[in-house]
Amino acid sequence: MNLLAIDTSTEACSAALWVDGRILERFEVAPRKHAELLLPMIDELLLEAELPRSALDAIVFGRGPGSFTGVRLAASVAQGLAFGLGIPVIPLSSLAALAQAEADEHPGLPIAAMIDARMGEIYLGLYKPDAEGLVVALNAERVLPPEQVQLGTEAQWRAVGSGWQTYGKALSGELGSRLQGQPQPRYPRAAALLKLAQREARSSRWQTPEHAQPLYLRDKVALTVSERLEQRRLAAVG
Amino acid sequence: MATPNLTTLGIETSCDETGLALYNTERGLLGHALFSQIDIHAAYGGVVPEIASRDHLRKLLPLLQEVLDQAGMQRSDIDAVAYTAGPGLVGALLVGACLGQSLAFALQRPALGVHHLEGHLLAPLLEADPPQPPFVALLVSGGHTQLIAVRALGDYELLGDTLDDATGEAFDKCAQLMGLPYPGGPALARLAEEGDPTAFKLARPMLDRPGLDFSFSGLKTQVALAWRDSAQDDRSRRDLAASFQAAVVETLVEKCRRAWTQTGFSTLVVAGGVGANRRLRADLRELASRDGVQVHYPRPEFCTDNGAMIAVAGALRLAGGESSGPAISVRPRWPLAELTRIAEGSGLRAQGPEELDSARS
Ligand SMILES: Nc1ncnc2c1ncn2[C@@H]1O[C@H](COP(=O)(O)OP(=O)(O)OP(=O)(O)O)[C@@H](O)[C@H]1O
Repeated sequence: MNLLAIDTSTEACSAALWVDGRILERFEVAPRKHAELLLPMIDELLLEAELPRSALDAIVFGRGPGSFTGVRLAASVAQGLAFGLGIPVIPLSSLAALAQAEADEHPGLPIAAMIDARMGEIYLGLYKPDAEGLVVALNAERVLPPEQVQLGTEAQWRAVGSGWQTYGKALSGELGSRLQGQPQPRYPRAAALLKLAQREARSSRWQTPEHAQPLYLRDKVALTVSERLEQRRLAAVG
Repeated sequence: MATPNLTTLGIETSCDETGLALYNTERGLLGHALFSQIDIHAAYGGVVPEIASRDHLRKLLPLLQEVLDQAGMQRSDIDAVAYTAGPGLVGALLVGACLGQSLAFALQRPALGVHHLEGHLLAPLLEADPPQPPFVALLVSGGHTQLIAVRALGDYELLGDTLDDATGEAFDKCAQLMGLPYPGGPALARLAEEGDPTAFKLARPMLDRPGLDFSFSGLKTQVALAWRDSAQDDRSRRDLAASFQAAVVETLVEKCRRAWTQTGFSTLVVAGGVGANRRLRADLRELASRDGVQVHYPRPEFCTDNGAMIAVAGALRLAGGESSGPAISVRPRWPLAELTRIAEGSGLRAQGPEELDSARS
């Protein structure tokens, strides 16, 4: 089986190929250059693997949560590639990709993956590796203030991602004493998505290209006219 | 090698319309589909860029399938992909550009980022009796009010521009202050047809000065004051709408006359959403026929944003050997005058990867 994975949910841009068990990857931390970099990266990988694009079986992409523009970029490129090649997509969590990379280095422990969501909040996902070492989500991903983070019942945790870098202090109440080791600065990357995609592919959990849609978590992005009026009224009253 | 029979997919996502179309150099338009987000943004009182981007990504592939079905074609029948690369909302542009460029990459076909306004200028080429350059173009939409000299395809000179509001924007704002729901331009134009255009005395902006520039914000202020001091009933709404429309149309028509006189061109192309305005069409027709000038419009559905105009503009440039990618880039701001003349159809330029791939397999 041949899979192509892409992730642009954070400052990092990456693409990776799974060619019959071998992983090739391109990875670059390059804010605001993802659109420019992504297709040339894929082109290079295909050349290096000497793989015609028609030999790809599915497109895996980091569907977020993360930067709105970034996750849309990966999703729209996944749509274009998958529709053009007539193959399915496998949407995967960018938080799970973070957790997988962490689990590969520190097997066994549960992991809190956190991405800075700006506006005083983080995207949070809690994971545990299964028997194969592939992470499984313990709950649905959420966006929330760092003060409200609650870990599961396990005594020892690892933490990973930009959420810790930005909000380490606010998180230390819940995490401080239960953390094992210093949290690593890490970005979600395509190679980790490829590992997780194996499990999805085995159970045929793929979808048609138009289902390549981001998970934004934040869905209220603007106030309607009547909400603005209501806010003004409340401000005047209060 | 020349490609006589070239099918181009056009993708438009620069603002709040998702438009897709298939255009063939010999057979013309093969299919087109559009989803307008107007109703989605209405509750917000204007376009919310993030909401627009999200919706484009939901609609693109279903619309693409729809145009393929209309044309009785499969994805492999697409010879080239053209998408709007600017100007417009950056996030919205990116969705169409990413999908278009990666679709072309997968199909191993050339892709090209197209200038949205060139699309509007060339939309009349989709009609039965297409205009031949040189011509003067009046671009009047929600975002633009420009007079452009089209000396040849791709050779554009900006003759005049608005110093403040665009015409459609002025229609929408005046409609709003008279209590019509967003976007009120078309509704205001309908009301105007029943009103008395002489009921309110409004100045004709910029007509007392030479030149081809426009300004509508002063007129908008006059309308606001006139509305405030009026009875604010149905009758004053109709009459003020008619008076406002008369002032705008008289200004647009006079500037067009100056433009064709100054350039000596005998063809005028009107593009953009306000081009649907009936009073504008009637007055232009009258003045143009007096001066021996021919006026061309795209059909009403291609006056506003659509994929067909992007397909046709892209097809001409792609056939001239232009292409973009695989790096994806959009230009939210992109002066029309930076475009270059379109080369005579020398044929599609094969993309590197295609040769590599066929050599490999
Ligand atoms: N009959 C009419 N009379 C006056 N204005 C109209 C009429 N019909 C549509 N409009 C106006 O045209 C505008 C929409 O046109 P269009 O879709 O071409 O513009 P846009 O997409 O907002 O701008 P642009 O294409 O410049 O980015 C709106 O402002 C609308 O009110």
